[in-house]
Amino acid sequence: MITALILIPLAAALCVALAPSGWEKRLGGLALAGSLAALAWSGILWIGFDAASAAPQFVEARSWIPAVGGEYILQMDGISLLLVLLTGLVVPFSLAAALRSGWQDRISLAMILVLQSLLYGCFTAGNFLLWFLFWELTLIPAYLLIKLRGGPEETTAAMRFMVMTLVGGVAMLAAFLGLYAAAGTFDFLRLAELGRSGELTAAVGATLSTNWLSPETAAALVFGGVLLGLAVKVPMWPLHIWLPDAYEKAPTAVSMLLTGILSKMGIYGFLRILVPVFPDQLERFLTPLLWLAVATIVLAALAALAQRDLKRMVAYSSISHLGYCLLGLFAAAGTVTAASGHSAALSGVLLQTFNHGITAAALFCFVGFLENRSGGVRTIDAFGGLRSAAPVFCGLMGVALFASLGLPGLNGFVGEFLIFKGVFSLAPAAASVAVLGLLGAALLAMKVMLRVFHGPLPPESKPFPDLTAGEKLTVLPAVALMVLIGIFPQPVLTVFNAAVVQLAGYFGS
Amino acid sequence: METWIPWLTALIPLPPLAAAAAILFLHPCRRPAAALALAGQALSLLGALAVFGGALAAGGTEGGPVRGLLTFTWFTHGDTALPLGVAADPLGASMLLMITFVGLLIFIHSIGYMREDPRFARFFCFLSLFSGAMLGVVAANSLLLLFICWELVGLASYLLIGFWFQKPSAAAAARKAFLTTRVGDLGLFLGLLWIYKETGTLLFYDGGHGLLEQSALTSLAGQTVAGGMALSTAVSLLLFCGAVGKSGQFPLHIWLPDAMEGPTPVSALIHAATMVAAGVYLVARVFPLFAAGAGGDGVTTALTVVAWTGAVTALFGAVVAVAQNDIKRILAYSTVSQLGFMMLALGAGGVAAGIFHLLAHAFFKALLFLGAGSVIHGCGHEQDIRKMGGLRKTMPVTFILYGIGMMALAGFPFLFSGFWSKEAILVEAFAWPVSRIPFLLALAAAVLTAFYMTRQMIYVFLGTWRGKDRPHESPRVMTLPLVPLAAGAVLLGFLATPAWPWFAGFLAGEAVAFSPGALFTGKSLAFMALSILVAATGVAAGWLVYARSPASTAEDPLQTRFPAAHRAVSRRLLVDEFYERTVLRLQSAGENGCARLDGVLRRVTDGAGAVLSRGLGGLAGLLDRSVLNSGFDTVCQFLRAGTAWLSSLHQGRAQNYLRFVGIGMVVLLLFYAWLQS
Repeated sequence: MITALILIPLAAALCVALAPSGWEKRLGGLALAGSLAALAWSGILWIGFDAASAAPQFVEARSWIPAVGGEYILQMDGISLLLVLLTGLVVPFSLAAALRSGWQDRISLAMILVLQSLLYGCFTAGNFLLWFLFWELTLIPAYLLIKLRGGPEETTAAMRFMVMTLVGGVAMLAAFLGLYAAAGTFDFLRLAELGRSGELTAAVGATLSTNWLSPETAAALVFGGVLLGLAVKVPMWPLHIWLPDAYEKAPTAVSMLLTGILSKMGIYGFLRILVPVFPDQLERFLTPLLWLAVATIVLAALAALAQRDLKRMVAYSSISHLGYCLLGLFAAAGTVTAASGHSAALSGVLLQTFNHGITAAALFCFVGFLENRSGGVRTIDAFGGLRSAAPVFCGLMGVALFASLGLPGLNGFVGEFLIFKGVFSLAPAAASVAVLGLLGAALLAMKVMLRVFHGPLPPESKPFPDLTAGEKLTVLPAVALMVLIGIFPQPVLTVFNAAVVQLAGYFGS
Repeated sequence: METWIPWLTALIPLPPLAAAAAILFLHPCRRPAAALALAGQALSLLGALAVFGGALAAGGTEGGPVRGLLTFTWFTHGDTALPLGVAADPLGASMLLMITFVGLLIFIHSIGYMREDPRFARFFCFLSLFSGAMLGVVAANSLLLLFICWELVGLASYLLIGFWFQKPSAAAAARKAFLTTRVGDLGLFLGLLWIYKETGTLLFYDGGHGLLEQSALTSLAGQTVAGGMALSTAVSLLLFCGAVGKSGQFPLHIWLPDAMEGPTPVSALIHAATMVAAGVYLVARVFPLFAAGAGGDGVTTALTVVAWTGAVTALFGAVVAVAQNDIKRILAYSTVSQLGFMMLALGAGGVAAGIFHLLAHAFFKALLFLGAGSVIHGCGHEQDIRKMGGLRKTMPVTFILYGIGMMALAGFPFLFSGFWSKEAILVEAFAWPVSRIPFLLALAAAVLTAFYMTRQMIYVFLGTWRGKDRPHESPRVMTLPLVPLAAGAVLLGFLATPAWPWFAGFLAGEAVAFSPGALFTGKSLAFMALSILVAATGVAAGWLVYARSPASTAEDPLQTRFPAAHRAVSRRLLVDEFYERTVLRLQSAGENGCARLDGVLRRVTDGAGAVLSRGLGGLAGLLDRSVLNSGFDTVCQFLRAGTAWLSSLHQGRAQNYLRFVGIGMVVLLLFYAWLQS
């Protein structure tokens, strides 16, 4: 079942790449159809999914490289399913946006499909080696897409992205080799069991400690390696530094993918690995981690306000919003008990993950539409009064902006409310400072609307046509989801509720 | 209470919301759009009437009024359900009735006022959205539902202040309103989280488990937090932040005067009658929380803060209103001031007095704003009162109706609601055991209220016309809705006189008998005399200062007399400038600091990357050169030398070859012999 999910976009990528030469006009449609087919397949999996059970479902386990503990395990719990669904939504969204800005070359389109396939693998792999393979392989299409579609000067941005992620990946691999040496398995479920019982810390300490390396430090180093790999990806302050340039230089569709799903790989890694496997170490470093998450929220929100380039603004605000996920994750991993605090924080994290994937991708998409019309200009000062010229564009983008500032009735509020509800009961001081991020998000949204939408149309401005039918079709599903989830969040919550209850159960309540 | 009443309460906000959605998606023309909005509002009014009747019939019990509750689950996370709910009780029912009634009249007025606007339908869409959200605020029995609707009200306010977004001032005012109230809302949000953490519920009333019920209140009042403050005080103050923002209390009042950039019906509905009163309503709704842990005198820290904030705001707004020249800004500062009166009443423990002033104020201030709208419309969109004058002749209907509103606001004795509601507040403030100063501040504010309203009347309606185009009376659709408002501004007063304090009894769920004797007690007579004196002083002072110089557009007499003070007051006592110098500078310093910090981090990262790559590269280069390169080269050289030597053997001379063959054979023979031996 899951293998088929991985193969569908891959097959579509092959078709696109090998299509006969007269098909240039149809390649986009073909790619879109392929990624939508994968979405449909994940929909079928959703229907077959037993939401009441926290156990992995649709398990496929085969021997792969037994000598090093590598097994081909694909499985799906609620968390995996959520991200699989998100992938299925964001990739066609980004492909549609790419087609709207005139992409035709087969390599780029195929790369997006390959990325989709790898993401499915990453969100369903049950064994570290397999997961890590998918995790690292996603870098190749991502890097190539930034390089291929960006101009010649994009080298630094792409390079910084590549190098920082790779360094994180290497650290994570090293840490996992240490874990394997100690525990003898790469299986996520098995590692989580060992981690919960405390055996893992003991085993790592016993195996890796030397005269100059105490057992605690050894365990902390292993934890730090994994943390580094994940924190770069999300990203957590101060490892976010690759992100603004990469998002800014990448073409719209790729920025959408980066923020919509690639950043979610980090969150997923936290939920799948760090939180279940390293409860002791998380507890030990909880305070600095919590404050790093707060710093991510507040500092990124402030930095967003200082930007002039709309894309960089959205990029920074994206960092800030992912900070809420980190905050909820860390707070939920503490041993403070509070009635329903852990489950609220974790539910909020997952909902925010899903919501942010849609909202942030939509915001990039809107900036892309803006850019298509202005001939590549994205400075906030270059616009004004667009609401007179393009009311539909401004209305829909306005919905996305209000969603990102957490207006009740739209999706962002539900996730942020749950995160804050959980975090406030577990770590009130951090939550109290983090609310400043809500103010920052409001300041940003208001700034964009004031400077871009409102005021008079500049007299010498170029004509600014409103959204075309195709563009409306591209963004309407996303905007509709923002409203629907904002009012009826239950269907999304149900997807992962059993998994959240189980995970929250590890931490006391 | 019968079970259909809370159900109906839950349905009341829906017709306006449905109308808003219908206008948004169906793009109707002007008439159908207005008809949809009016129909939605009228349906809600009918519902509100029924709920009000139900609350009236239900009466009360020992513990207060009867409450009909309806609770439903929004969603479930983990094992926890998140309930939302609505409540039907006298407080909510009277607010529902006021909002739908005043709202409907303002909707009708808008048909005339917005007649020429190209985005007429969109206006009614936003107005309906506002109305639905506002009805949600007062129907909610859950702090979370209240917060949700509270924010949606803020959204509608943003959209409507910035309705003419092409005007930079309107766009800036909308942004300012949204952000200033958002600052207060952060406090409200934190308070909400804290209450949720401590009590595990966000429902106000829930059969003994709600956060406003005895067990939760006792537990909240019993715990102390930092500084020895009771937990109930801390959360009350956080909630109060939200009320300060929304209700334009000092020091977050700055957005309200700017909000006058919106169309005048919006100012009447949102920024005078309903939304700005939401903060007052919030404090009244959670009053048991503010009062938790009070001794016999009913004083708590939280209520003390409310009373002082209200008193300062009342005087501040009244002072600034004196030196404004924009007809709507005068009314806006007046609203700030009147909201201060309401807060003062609540802080002093007089919920009934505060809420009654809220309701009465909604009528006469909506009347004044719609009157101002009629004036502005009739004067060709002129808003400067110095350029008006003599309108009593050209706009007689508006003049009479505006006059009624003015007299109600200034507190003309006996006949007008403002007289009774303000008197009740003065009674409460006087009886407050903590301090008499708020009472004196309120007294001064009341004098100033009569003063600035007299000034405005003289400038606008008396004297001679000083503007350009000849003014004209507004059409019926704009003036007729003012008549019921004027009637309300008068008649409402009789529901809360000392002789028959019906409203206070209704809120408390007690029956109140008509006892005319109560009017003639010493205390009552003294306060009535004081109120009359206050109004008379203000009007007389206004008449003395302005009656003689209304014709000139020259300097304000006060400006001539007190230039420095007048300048400070006309510049709104420099509060905006103060924020620009402090908060906004801090914010931009923070922004730039963060951006610069990122620059530093980026350079550090790139530097580390460069060092790393150069280090790794150097190491690899060394290996390459010493092991790989030179190793390879050595092998190559050896091979070349060897082959050169071998090729040197290929000389083409047969005798040499034979010689080698011979040597080879000898060697082979010797080898064979050695093997055999």
